[in-house]
Amino acid sequence: MADVVIKVENLSKKYTIRHHNRADDGLRHAIHNFATAPIRWLIEQRAGRNGQSDGNTRHDARSRAEGFYALKDVAFEVGRGEVVGIIGRNGAGKSTLLKILSRITEPTDGRARIRGRVASLLEVGTGFHPELTGRENIFLNGAVLGMTRQEIDRKFVHIVEFSGIGKFLDTPVKRYSSGMAVRLAFAVAAHLEPEILLVDEVLAVGDAEFQRKCLGKMKEVTRQGRTVLFVSHNMAAIRGLCPRTLLLERGRLIQDDRTERVVARYLDRNLVEGAIVSEQGIAERVQRSGESDQFFLRLKEVSLMDEDGVARTQFRSDERIRVGITYECLQPAADLRISVSLVDGDGGPILTTQNVDGGPNLRSYHLEPGVYRSSCVFPESLLGEKQFWVTVNLEIPRDERLVLEKALGFQVTFIGRDGMQYITHKETFLRPYLEWETVTLRTNPVSGEVAS
Amino acid sequence: MQAAAVAQAEIIIEPGRSEQNYWRDLWRYRELFLILAWRDVAVRYRQTVAGAAWAIVQPVSSMVVMTVIFGKVAGLPSEGGAPYAVMVFAAMLPWQFFANALSSTSQSIIGNSGLISKVYFPRMIVPMSSVVVSLIDFLVASSILAALMVWFQFLPSWRLLTLPFFVVVAILAAFGPGLIMTALVVRYRDFRFIIPFIVQLGLYVSPVAYSSAVIRGKLGEPWFLLYSLNPMVGVIDGFRWAILGGPSNLSWPGFLASLLLSAVLFVAGVFYFRKTERVFADVI
Repeated sequence: MADVVIKVENLSKKYTIRHHNRADDGLRHAIHNFATAPIRWLIEQRAGRNGQSDGNTRHDARSRAEGFYALKDVAFEVGRGEVVGIIGRNGAGKSTLLKILSRITEPTDGRARIRGRVASLLEVGTGFHPELTGRENIFLNGAVLGMTRQEIDRKFVHIVEFSGIGKFLDTPVKRYSSGMAVRLAFAVAAHLEPEILLVDEVLAVGDAEFQRKCLGKMKEVTRQGRTVLFVSHNMAAIRGLCPRTLLLERGRLIQDDRTERVVARYLDRNLVEGAIVSEQGIAERVQRSGESDQFFLRLKEVSLMDEDGVARTQFRSDERIRVGITYECLQPAADLRISVSLVDGDGGPILTTQNVDGGPNLRSYHLEPGVYRSSCVFPESLLGEKQFWVTVNLEIPRDERLVLEKALGFQVTFIGRDGMQYITHKETFLRPYLEWETVTLRTNPVSGEVAS
Repeated sequence: MQAAAVAQAEIIIEPGRSEQNYWRDLWRYRELFLILAWRDVAVRYRQTVAGAAWAIVQPVSSMVVMTVIFGKVAGLPSEGGAPYAVMVFAAMLPWQFFANALSSTSQSIIGNSGLISKVYFPRMIVPMSSVVVSLIDFLVASSILAALMVWFQFLPSWRLLTLPFFVVVAILAAFGPGLIMTALVVRYRDFRFIIPFIVQLGLYVSPVAYSSAVIRGKLGEPWFLLYSLNPMVGVIDGFRWAILGGPSNLSWPGFLASLLLSAVLFVAGVFYFRKTERVFADVI
């Protein structure tokens, strides 16, 4: 790495969490602190004079504020033209790292040196204004992302072409469909030409077709010899774009290696995470969409259990697997559709099942406010020896949709079933027990008899 | 090429480091400043029927009420030989500017929280662009002053040429407190409720509806000096001095007191804003 453009040394970022109610965090707390400072000082003085250090008083104020390292002693170097992926679970510090490198927030410790013009893409459509037209927003968004006026003028035609919004160019963006707005936003972002590009999860928008287009554009950018740091949960995108990847966990850099190795380790680690996602874990990861401003649903828990109700992440292929979904209905809902999908490590779908498919317990899906639990059972002798993830999707058509991608992971060990002769070809996602039959269509005479 | 020049520069990110290139960065991001200001102006009167006329309605209606109540009913004296309406409007212009600028700057950072938490730029650009919007409203409303002068056939003197200076003073007086409020609102949303209150009280405390000569006459010089610590007293007196002409009624000690306090607030505002802006993205 002769030409280092990003050099990060012992970078740390500490956030302070205060353990008291939110109202106190505001002005009242500050005024209270300010007003009681002389009294505290007096108390401390007196305590000091009496020789008994009154640790409690002083401690009280301090113990309320607790440090939390979003990033701890992270160090790495990136050479010119390198494309580096950054992966890790939610809260691992990926976004914090990019925010520090793009100077949105300051580190608490350590330093980073960056050589070259940096542009960060932490969210597509940053700075879009709904009242402005598409044309106006191209200029606004371009400027926000760091393009100069001439630069935007020069690329304007290409941006419009890439976005495909054509005749809606002079329509206010608030009248766009969300898909159009996202396409326009990405089109602007895709035409950034910085020396160093910091990208956070922006490919996770739009439909599949558009995502492919975005990925193509990203590939093109990386081929042009730019330095890219790319944060994503999409392992396929990371594998496709980045030869090298960093793995963060709880704010620490735990691996910096070739992408296949890092991704493999990440997936392994992710798998042992547990068989139940709690409400907090869900809140961090759930994606909500919908046309209504109201909240209808709250996903409370997703769990994986065996037939005895024991939460597990390892199953044998002759066991049934029950996926339980606990949710709260906040308002009467006319039609709730729940789907559970098994996906592979890259999020690629393997199979999907839906509550409205029926089954013996089919009931009306009109729900009154309350807490419910729905579950479905994957039968034995269906899955092969693989790692699976469960993606959960709750939808009240038109009003609200909650998606929890890769909510949980589990591993299946294929052991076959009575009557199976040879257990080979077991490492496929689906290895169902299907009925086979063989009928004789014709018996050929033995060759010796023909010759005679 | 600008890009090439920047490429050579090395950005060093360290705790407490961001100060060093601040003013150079502010200059480098001038285009973003202009475009944000343009956005705020462009958006302000979208989907309104009356459009920019709203910039006129407010000061004019206030002016009419004040002229009737204070000029006709209470019978307070005007300044110089100017009609009461012109005198009120000469003060209404900077006052409206101040009130708008203070309210909009203080909301500006939280109004752009999406930008603040996703993109780096010197944060001061945001309140600055809010001031520009208020300044545009000010210019629109100024046309009414011209119309009033024609109506009352009131001829301004050479002093009108000094008006730009007082406009700068007005910007200074609004921007300092505006910055302080902006930074405070980011952390303590309480101040959002305090600002309308300040603006409302300020209207009566500042010599908008009446001439500051009335105050000076009643309170005497030393107390008037104290009164002048309100930065808007100096700004309004300056506006009247420049617009109304006639016998000079600008109290220089009072004006200097106002100017001094504006300057102090401005420096304090910049200082406090700079000190707190580093954590904006974390606390917003």
